[in-house]
Amino acid sequence: MSQVTAAELARREASAFGPGVGDYLELLKPRVMSLVVFTGFVGLYLAPGRLHPLLAAVAVLCIAVAAGASGAINMWYERDIDALMERTRNRPLPAGRMAPGEALGFGCVLAGAAVMVMGLALNWAAAALLALTIAFYVFVYTIGLKRRTPQNIVIGGAAGAFPPLVGWAAATGDVGWPALALFALIFFWTPPHFWALSLYRAGDYARAGVPMLPVVAGPAETKKQMLLYTLVLWPVSLAPALLHVTGWVYGVAALALSMLFTALAATVLRSDDARWPKRMFGFSILYLFLLFLLMALDRAPGILSGLAPGFGA
Amino acid sequence: MMVMALMNEREKRIRAKNRALLAALLGVVAMFYLIALARMGGW
Repeated sequence: MSQVTAAELARREASAFGPGVGDYLELLKPRVMSLVVFTGFVGLYLAPGRLHPLLAAVAVLCIAVAAGASGAINMWYERDIDALMERTRNRPLPAGRMAPGEALGFGCVLAGAAVMVMGLALNWAAAALLALTIAFYVFVYTIGLKRRTPQNIVIGGAAGAFPPLVGWAAATGDVGWPALALFALIFFWTPPHFWALSLYRAGDYARAGVPMLPVVAGPAETKKQMLLYTLVLWPVSLAPALLHVTGWVYGVAALALSMLFTALAATVLRSDDARWPKRMFGFSILYLFLLFLLMALDRAPGILSGLAPGFGA
Repeated sequence: MMVMALMNEREKRIRAKNRALLAALLGVVAMFYLIALARMGGW
């Protein structure tokens, strides 16, 4: 007679109930979605021209739904390695609360709906970019790169960088240089952000056979690379001010935040204390959030430009 | 007794899912109505 573990009993009990509404929401990766939605909104807000507030809200909703759909398809494909990692083993698929096909179907329906609504309500350039974002995240990052190369999140980071482009395209119907500057900012921010996480989750990634940089090249090389990327962020974070999308209040704040990010990366490089990568991960989220918030505030008439008359956009 | 409790819980979950689906469908209908108004310039 086989021994049934407590974990297996809990799993059987959960599958007897079937997935709940909370499980579907969990598939959408709401925490990742919030930053994606915010950067997409700022891209839309900074774009020239006027958009009906309702259509702007629909565009942001489409970006959110597309991000959630990508997350659901990602969870479907990665259910085998999710079961091996501490951080992800309680997700609906590895925990046995949902059938894999259900997650895939849910993700595909949401992805199709988000692209169609974006095309019908806003324009087809934004819809095409949104479709490209989903395809890049699923096919290039999740299926193509993640399990094959330690450069997975460097190239795959582009998927997370698309939302401001989509937002900009939703408002203007095309993609301008300022939108590409926003893309570059998220693209170069992604490696130090993810490598900080993977430094203190290296055991998890090694167990699942995911070749993250700390697993393949070791912590010292990872920390060096993180420092280099934070240095690249100095000019990249200044680009919106140089392109006159924002004023110089943003520029000065961006430079200060980038210096702080680099200082944190230098501390991570020097120290073996496991708390520093965690702090760096936390700060990286705050860094990106503050940069995009400052861009939006600097663009809003009379908020930041009033602090430094003559230096506004 | 245990089976009954499981059945009740399962039914509760199905009901919650159906309500969420209904809300989503109504939301989509309302959204398309408002999009049409906004695009036609009537609002």
